[in-house]
Amino acid sequence: MSQILVIAQHDGATLNPATARSVNCAKDIGESIDVAVFSNGAATVAAQAAGLEGVSRVLDIDREENARPLAAIIAPQIVALAADYTHVLVGSTTFGKDILPRVAGLMGISQISDIMEVINARTFKRPIYAGNIITTVRVPENTTVLATVRTASYKPVDSSSQEVEIVSKSLNIELPAHTRYVGLAGDSNDRPDLQSAQRVVSGGRGVGSKENFEIVYKLAEKLGAAIGASRAAVDAGYVPNDLQVGQTGKIIAPELYVAIGISGAIQHVTGIKDAATIVAINKDPNAPIFEIADLGLVGDLFEIIPELEKALS
Amino acid sequence: MNILVPIKRVVDFNIRVQLKRDLSGVQTDNVKMSINPFDEIAVEEALRIRERGQADEVIVASIGPDAIQQQIRTALAMGADRAVHVLTDLEIQPLFAARLLLALIEREKANLVLMGKQAIDDDCNQTGQMLAAIWNRPQATFGSQIEINSNVATVRREVDEGLETIEVDLPAVITTDLRLNEPRFVKMPDIMKAKRKPLQSITPEELNVVPPAMLETISFEPPPQRIGGHKVESVDELVMELKNRGVI
Repeated sequence: MSQILVIAQHDGATLNPATARSVNCAKDIGESIDVAVFSNGAATVAAQAAGLEGVSRVLDIDREENARPLAAIIAPQIVALAADYTHVLVGSTTFGKDILPRVAGLMGISQISDIMEVINARTFKRPIYAGNIITTVRVPENTTVLATVRTASYKPVDSSSQEVEIVSKSLNIELPAHTRYVGLAGDSNDRPDLQSAQRVVSGGRGVGSKENFEIVYKLAEKLGAAIGASRAAVDAGYVPNDLQVGQTGKIIAPELYVAIGISGAIQHVTGIKDAATIVAINKDPNAPIFEIADLGLVGDLFEIIPELEKALS
Repeated sequence: MNILVPIKRVVDFNIRVQLKRDLSGVQTDNVKMSINPFDEIAVEEALRIRERGQADEVIVASIGPDAIQQQIRTALAMGADRAVHVLTDLEIQPLFAARLLLALIEREKANLVLMGKQAIDDDCNQTGQMLAAIWNRPQATFGSQIEINSNVATVRREVDEGLETIEVDLPAVITTDLRLNEPRFVKMPDIMKAKRKPLQSITPEELNVVPPAMLETISFEPPPQRIGGHKVESVDELVMELKNRGVI
């Protein structure tokens, strides 16, 4: 019988949707699903986790050191909990990617990155080579299954006001002081979150400048969409790094993805190919993005986007 | 201070990889191989730290068969002082790599390990974190800026929420992201010079490291293909199509 522990990701106030997606993956493995919330007094987060469909119990590990998601602090606490579980899962966000291999190292066992499909409780599909190849891997017998979940492969489970039991846990272990949080410079805008948005409008090198990106922001606003960007646009300094979509940025699965002035390098496409509908606007009719786009429009984006914005009014 | 930079030989990032016809694995024969791009950035950063006078030696390490010496020589040509080659034909997964690297840290008295955040072949994104764990030292992953002041490294990290800054006491493992730097080009005379730099081979047995239980690879397959649609001629047609599909 699988006993699954999902590690919650949050910012101290709100549960990250990666957690609800990971719970969905856990449901394909078994029925006993606990969620661990490491925080410094984030009772609201524990309550949100307790409302996720399919969750059996929430473990609330409230401790001053847990104010920030530092791997060196949280990993040993996960190890202390892991003895009671057959599986430990976390979303494959930068949070999960940072923390889980440290857990695996401390436990001395192998880890699976980016589960995209559950074959059975020990066998999983995962992408390699930027999603160009899918491989099926099996975890050896008698070891805990440690895995990150490719969030774009799973929809978040529903939330309800029915809350399961929240258990306060205190773990009597010493934590290191060698790693210290200094600060976060985030894109504190009020636009929808890129990773959970139903619609995303993305700009690439073709947009041409930071100033020109205004045109992308305006269309996004009209559509109620989140903003994304290709690596080229981030490297050129048009937009901050947290907007990057692709192999080394965010992997997303919105209902609508509009790619503006993005050529469609394979590293970018790997981040968007789970989108339901992809629209590409590019002046180069041979741009590879058109090979995967559902709807393509060739032309000057500085003429097309304002026209599109007007047509949507 | 000695910096250890582990590098991995991978299929060049410009190559569109193919499965072997019998689906037994990835086609790597007669395909251009390179240093994993994230590791190349790590080599560059290590060199810059040494050039600022903050490190004595930059030691490159790699694990695998003889063929990987080609990439080791490239790193030496970039400017690394010397190299260690862990010679093995065994399959290398992250935990095994981390254990071998820990043995090298102890052997080379390294106080800083700089390495790529992930390899672009298996995309695991694990080895640096595992190494920090078994070394019982801090980790700073996805670094896009690194400052070192005596025994503390301040690292700006590329995280989903933006740019996070943390401080870690050295010794530590720092993994590199793409925007940390632009690796230098290797010049011809440096390639010649690199041939004379020390490159030592050692086996896992000599390092007293045995392979741990690893994941069993069962099969490979191509990804589900996304079939493209078609081009439209005008904005009006685009809007109509989107409405018909119920997207807007």
